[in-house]
Amino acid sequence: MPGLSKTRLSQLLDAALPVFAVAAALAVGAVMLLFLGVSPLEAYGALWDGAFGNANALAETLVKATPLLLVGLGICIAFRGDVINIGGEGQMVVGAILAILLGLNPPEWPGWMVITAALLAGFLGGAIWGAIPGFLKAYFGVNEILSTIMMNAIAVQLMNFLLRGPMIDPAQLEVASKIPQTARLADVFRLPRLVPTRLHLGAAIAVVLAVLVYILLWRTTMGYRIRAVGQNPHASRYAGINVKKNVVLALLLSGAFAGLAGAIQIYGVNYRMITDGSATGFTGSAGFNGIVAALFGQLHPLGTIPASVFFGALLVGANKMQRMVQVPSALITALNGLVVVFVVSSEVWRRRRQRRRLSAAVSAPEAADARETQATPMDRETSS
Amino acid sequence: MKKWFVIVLLFAFLLAACKPGASEEAPAAAPSGPLRVAVVMPSAINDLAFSQSMYDALVAIQEEMGGPEKMELVYSEGMFVVDDAAAAIRDYASQGYDLVIAHGSQYGSSLQEIAPDFPETAFAWGTTANTFADEGIKNIFAYEAASQEGGYVNGVMAASLSQSGVIGVVGPIETGDAKLYVDGFVAGAKSVNPDIEVNVNWIGSFSDVALAAEAANTHIGAGADVLTGTAQMVVGAIGVAEENGVLWFGTQSSQTSLAPSIVVANQVYDWTVALDQMIALIAEGTYGGQAFLINLENGGLVMEYNEDFDLPADVKALAEETTQGIIDGSITIDVGN
Amino acid sequence: MISDFFSMTVLVGILASGIRLATPYLYAAIGEVFGQRSGVLNLGVEGQMLLGAFAAFYVTFTTGNLWLGVLVAAIVGALMGLAMAVVTVNLQAEQGISGIGFYLFGLGMSDLLFQKLLGTVQTVSGFPKATIPVLSALPFIGDIFFSQNILVYGAFALVPVAWFVLNKTTLGLKIRAVGENPEAADSLGVSVARVRYFTIILGGTLSGIAGASLSIGMLNVFQQNMTSGLGFIAVALVYFGGWRPWGVLVGALLFSMVNSLQLWGQVLGIPLPSDIAVMMPYILTILVLVISVQRVRAPAALTKVFERGE
Repeated sequence: MPGLSKTRLSQLLDAALPVFAVAAALAVGAVMLLFLGVSPLEAYGALWDGAFGNANALAETLVKATPLLLVGLGICIAFRGDVINIGGEGQMVVGAILAILLGLNPPEWPGWMVITAALLAGFLGGAIWGAIPGFLKAYFGVNEILSTIMMNAIAVQLMNFLLRGPMIDPAQLEVASKIPQTARLADVFRLPRLVPTRLHLGAAIAVVLAVLVYILLWRTTMGYRIRAVGQNPHASRYAGINVKKNVVLALLLSGAFAGLAGAIQIYGVNYRMITDGSATGFTGSAGFNGIVAALFGQLHPLGTIPASVFFGALLVGANKMQRMVQVPSALITALNGLVVVFVVSSEVWRRRRQRRRLSAAVSAPEAADARETQATPMDRETSS
Repeated sequence: MKKWFVIVLLFAFLLAACKPGASEEAPAAAPSGPLRVAVVMPSAINDLAFSQSMYDALVAIQEEMGGPEKMELVYSEGMFVVDDAAAAIRDYASQGYDLVIAHGSQYGSSLQEIAPDFPETAFAWGTTANTFADEGIKNIFAYEAASQEGGYVNGVMAASLSQSGVIGVVGPIETGDAKLYVDGFVAGAKSVNPDIEVNVNWIGSFSDVALAAEAANTHIGAGADVLTGTAQMVVGAIGVAEENGVLWFGTQSSQTSLAPSIVVANQVYDWTVALDQMIALIAEGTYGGQAFLINLENGGLVMEYNEDFDLPADVKALAEETTQGIIDGSITIDVGN
Repeated sequence: MISDFFSMTVLVGILASGIRLATPYLYAAIGEVFGQRSGVLNLGVEGQMLLGAFAAFYVTFTTGNLWLGVLVAAIVGALMGLAMAVVTVNLQAEQGISGIGFYLFGLGMSDLLFQKLLGTVQTVSGFPKATIPVLSALPFIGDIFFSQNILVYGAFALVPVAWFVLNKTTLGLKIRAVGENPEAADSLGVSVARVRYFTIILGGTLSGIAGASLSIGMLNVFQQNMTSGLGFIAVALVYFGGWRPWGVLVGALLFSMVNSLQLWGQVLGIPLPSDIAVMMPYILTILVLVISVQRVRAPAALTKVFERGE
């Protein structure tokens, strides 16, 4: 690398910020671990080992990251359109339901065609579940935070109803306990694995889609309209953009990606749907964690890729930590919370330096342009 | 900006490449070493319900065998995410544990995937009767509780004690162990008094304590003077029962300590009955293929009467008679619809 | 069977249990109203409630003093609010995400403390029913409104108080100004930071009390994740109520009453699968909003970071 210019150094510092933030959160966690009589070194060693320790661990991390990335992509679209989608959990569930319906009653097509159609069905299911809050917001003024929270609960009960009754595994009808699950997908309908681990094609699909979402948002008219409506609905209306349609579209697309995440979980990981009464048993809270991942990725589709891997690693590693040093799972939940709070708080230094760089480079128009394209809604709010 | 992520990833790949499968190749269990048992559970080990019943049984067996030197016991709790549980099960198996218990009916699919890869490891899955032997898998034990049996006995007592002729039931979702218990309870109550009204409320959640409490209030409002319920969120309902002086019947773990004045009896699970048999089979080199049922007959289900509750002698006699009838087969309980 | 629905017993039952269920929503949602009116979205309500619920329970369990329990719950909630204020006001962190972080922290921490300090589910004798003399003797109405525990009355009393503070006091004016146009408020000499600190801490305090109203008011137990999504519903109710205390009251009562209605429906044998019945409160809340077509504008500066001197 050539000699570090001042800007370069400051950019490197920015890049290292999340590392410092995570370290600080883990330091607080270390105190808690000491209170529990557990060696933090041993615990964090296990965490690292569980997330990256060997090929298998790494594969698990990437498997975990896949739904986070897909949900996160949807969140990027929603936030760019200035709508908040916390309905990822429900959208994943509905997407999974539609996807597995197809796989369990397959037309006489080759396996890859059924898989493709099923993933599209998942996309469609999520799109429907996302479009409803979008429609309600655009045409009835129903706030989307409210409706997406409610739609999550409705989706869970719908899943419970379907898995207990109409969609239950026929084998379960013959036994008294009647586990609420569907039948298993036939082997030919499973997403192929990439290497001899659990890593499946879905991870690659998610990465490709991240690039496509980037293109959609910044290189197409549709994406331009969504972003325009998100930034300034009034100006967009004067410019002849149908604001209502684009609000629906943003939530619809956002839901569609979550629905696809649900479908990919079924076809790549679980091969059947099971309910324990909540959404989390199936989604692993990816519908929520994906929001966090997207924000850590600066609401940029490509930035969401590493952010999802980071969160996947944290979740997978934390479970390993529980297994190796026997800390209560509650501590891990609390620790995750601390990491989120610390990382999101550390953003302030990045923004401050960014602003300083900008004021230093007022005369350099390229820098200003660069900022223009990189600006996120968060930056926008700060500087407005 | 995201460079560090890339750096971290690169490091990880390097590390992964440097020590291929380091922790995967765990030493095979030495024949003279302790028995190594791992259990994966959906809720916490102290939930006073499903998970705790298994954890307590394992700790009891560990003590009986002579402590951690004879039996190593590790657990993963709070594994309600099915996918996480699968990762835990695979990890334990690859670490060479002798017996890996998947304590949740939602884990079956994962076991079906994992068990064939570890033919030298015994797996156990509950609650179910399916060992996947039909699919050619030989190393999965199955275990389940005939919770309808204690439910039936509780139902008999409940109907005998109810003066209003209305009984209330609070359940999570209408499935699995909860459904078995409730079906048994209703059948037991109807056997005493065919006209008795048993109202059942499924609240759609295993965790919503407040809604469970309100369900109890609803039952009391509808005239119920005896209540029962299953799963970990019923602690809220027990409080309401106590406040209103309404009787309570428990299941899974003993709930007497929560409301000594109104808890009449509990059906308590004792998994050691099933676990002892599994451990004996593992010692002989059999790693699965058998299903175990804990019930009143083999002592895996125990009717525990609250000593502080003044249970009329005739009702207690009837309960014991019913228990005996279920054991000797003169009473059969029709469940599963 | 359906005709049973209109019997007095059932009606009284539905209304009384609706009022009980609405209590935690009211505390938490009113707290959230203050926060949002000043421009801060707090998604961590659930975590604050859980820590409050545990604190109240543990203090009552060890000291037997119910009011001390409420006080400590309020303090714990306030401390969580303080942390949230530092993060969102000083460090200007994205509000929704920090809220999710605080939720996870509260969820894990309350469970961890529960496991380490209590070990298993225990009970306390919580606030008894405080029947109001004379009024509680009124037919029907007495059973519904005047035979509840004191924290229930507190929640309902909070509604007019909150309305008054928000609309009729200088403090309320400042809060609203900060939430609508922080730059203008700042230029008029109102400290945006101080107002937001106040509302966030107040929100935390009320969420803590909401937790106490569950653990030592309504249920007398603490259990892991006992709020089970209640805090998120509370946030949703703020939108239902259009950021107004009275609107929140309507929303909380509607949601709770429909919930107790579905419980009664199951008891009375309405031929509906239980899962579908459980959906009802969620569906109806959305439907009512659709039908009433109220278009209340959100506080203009909601979720927006404010920085002086720009």
